[in-house]
Amino acid sequence: MSAPISSDEVRSDQVQPDQVIRAQGLTRRFGDFVAVDALDLAVERGTIYGFLGPNGSGKTTTVRMLIGLLTPSAGSVTVLGHSLPRDAEWLKRRIGYMTQRFSLYEDLSVRENLQFVARIYGLGYRQAKARIRTLLDAYELADMSRRRAGAMSGGQRQRLALAAATMHEPQLLFLDEPTSAVDPQSRRDFWEKLFDLVDAGTTILVSTHYMDEAERCHRLAILERGKKRADGPPQQLMDDMGARVVEIEAPDQRRLRQQLLALPQVVSAAQLGSRLRVLVADDIDDPVAWLRAQPVAVGAGTIEAARPSLEDVFVISTGGAERE
Amino acid sequence: MNPLRRILAILAKELTQLRRDRVTMGMIVMLPLIQLMLFGFAINTDVRHIPAALVDQSNTALSRVLAQAVTATQVVDFTERHATPEQAQHAIVQGRVRAALIIPDDVAKRVARSPSLGLGLGTPRATDEELSRPVAQWLVDGSDTMIASSIKGLRNMPLGELLRKPVNQSTPTFAVALLFNPEQRSAVNIVPGLVAIILTMTMIMFTSAAIVREGERGNMEMLINTPVRPIELMLGKIVPYIFIGLIQALIILGLGHLVFRVPLGGGLLALTSATLLFIGASLSLGLVLSTIAKSQLQAMQMTIFILLPSILLSGFMFPYEGMPRAAQYIAEALPATHFMRAIRAVLLRDALLADIRTDALWLLVFMLAGLIVASLRFKKRLD
Repeated sequence: MSAPISSDEVRSDQVQPDQVIRAQGLTRRFGDFVAVDALDLAVERGTIYGFLGPNGSGKTTTVRMLIGLLTPSAGSVTVLGHSLPRDAEWLKRRIGYMTQRFSLYEDLSVRENLQFVARIYGLGYRQAKARIRTLLDAYELADMSRRRAGAMSGGQRQRLALAAATMHEPQLLFLDEPTSAVDPQSRRDFWEKLFDLVDAGTTILVSTHYMDEAERCHRLAILERGKKRADGPPQQLMDDMGARVVEIEAPDQRRLRQQLLALPQVVSAAQLGSRLRVLVADDIDDPVAWLRAQPVAVGAGTIEAARPSLEDVFVISTGGAERE
Repeated sequence: MNPLRRILAILAKELTQLRRDRVTMGMIVMLPLIQLMLFGFAINTDVRHIPAALVDQSNTALSRVLAQAVTATQVVDFTERHATPEQAQHAIVQGRVRAALIIPDDVAKRVARSPSLGLGLGTPRATDEELSRPVAQWLVDGSDTMIASSIKGLRNMPLGELLRKPVNQSTPTFAVALLFNPEQRSAVNIVPGLVAIILTMTMIMFTSAAIVREGERGNMEMLINTPVRPIELMLGKIVPYIFIGLIQALIILGLGHLVFRVPLGGGLLALTSATLLFIGASLSLGLVLSTIAKSQLQAMQMTIFILLPSILLSGFMFPYEGMPRAAQYIAEALPATHFMRAIRAVLLRDALLADIRTDALWLLVFMLAGLIVASLRFKKRLD
């Protein structure tokens, strides 16, 4: 089946040499509920693209539509130059998918799971053997290859799932909240593996609700209630977020927070331990001086500018309209 | 090459999972073993030693001889005695006895006039009720037709022995030659049927859980994102269980032959093909159920839904011929009915493959239709 389709792929690639995923007006409804609402996406080859959003923001639904597991209610998706859901079967050999919940067999060992995946992707005996050895080494699973998947820790399972998802060396890898059940050290190691894959030419789309993870992506889309609120490289999102960050140390933070939020220039105020992190609209040039001049700030301690974080971007792009 | 590889991937995975599941592995062997022993010995259509009450109102030597003659038939055992028919009836209501024999006080007179005795004291005319009354009366719990008909069998019990007189020799209207199972042992008919029932149960149960389990354990999303085709998945799911079905059939027939002396006549080819086709038909029926069920519990309920008619309508317990037309149609739609017919024909009546070809074809149709329907119903999508 490969000949006519691969020439098709070459043709599409000539049109958009670098876009591996393109979605326009992507929408999915479940009854009356709109899970994903008119999403436009473009993912470039060889990058890590992140979906950042809270639970229920439509991340998983979007990922499922992008790999052909769900049919969009409206809109179009092109992945690797092929239109979905029509070419979903063609695509399955070329993409890898790591599900949110561990979806390998818990009653099979690490090696048995990998053998199953190798066979189902049609790898020959020798090829499978070599590939499994490579993956066991690369993902530090070699000394637990006989252990049942059900008896492994979250981090180990996640490495196994990534090994299985990359068994057939896919060009494009979808990871749906891959690190939600994993400790911070394992998360760091996991991201090292992802960058190794990107260096080898893989494109990765990852969904997450961790800010530190989102910050590692080349490009990011912030999703909320099925809508895309922001899209761009993390640094650019932080630079362009339209607010400045000020941290205030004050005795009665709860009262101060209430009073600050009443000011129209204050976009948000959140307590961080003994400090209050305040986002001030960027039409005020010197927010520190401006805040000091406010009557509510009388009695406050240090007031200083802070570096914006993705969390600030997230707060502004999702909650900005409806302050508490 | 790749389709075969994918089928083997599923197959190897299923076998490994099965091997890890100790309880299921044990059930594969123990289930046919225990059921065969249990039912092989327990099911007996030849009812004997029914508990009965005796109401002897005559209390003479003759009445006691009559009661002894009835006991000697082994159809009933007199477990209690009562003075009045009312008390005996009460015992029936309470379920202590299933029948009661009431011997009236004029039993001697009745015996003397009984035509079955052939004393020639006065052969009564057929219309002369007064002269030709039965010698005694049975009260029977007729709710169980099997018990009732056993007692009815006593109706024409010869009375000659009562008076140490030779019984009139009578020529039967028909000569009956029992071609198969001349000893009339129930086990001979039950054991081949048990192959059908046990295979129906285990085969449908295994595969009805097969697809739905992938979903319940959270493996489905991974599985449908691989290149595996629905028909490859289905074949990979049923092939391991074909061997298990054969092992179970072997256990039942082997033990049935050794313990219950069930003849293993007929052609080996006919036996093997009928069994394989039935296993295939049951497995693919299970797969269809598995694509309908949303949980393993639902799959189990559907299995029972198929299993009960397979036991009651397939001819396992009651002759197919005795059922109303509508029930026969339902029975024809069950793989168990066709296999029941085929395996009894092969084992008990030495039938060959050509003799059971209709039922074999039906089973083949069931199997293919099940595989196709299950494959079409299985969608590699989540919506």
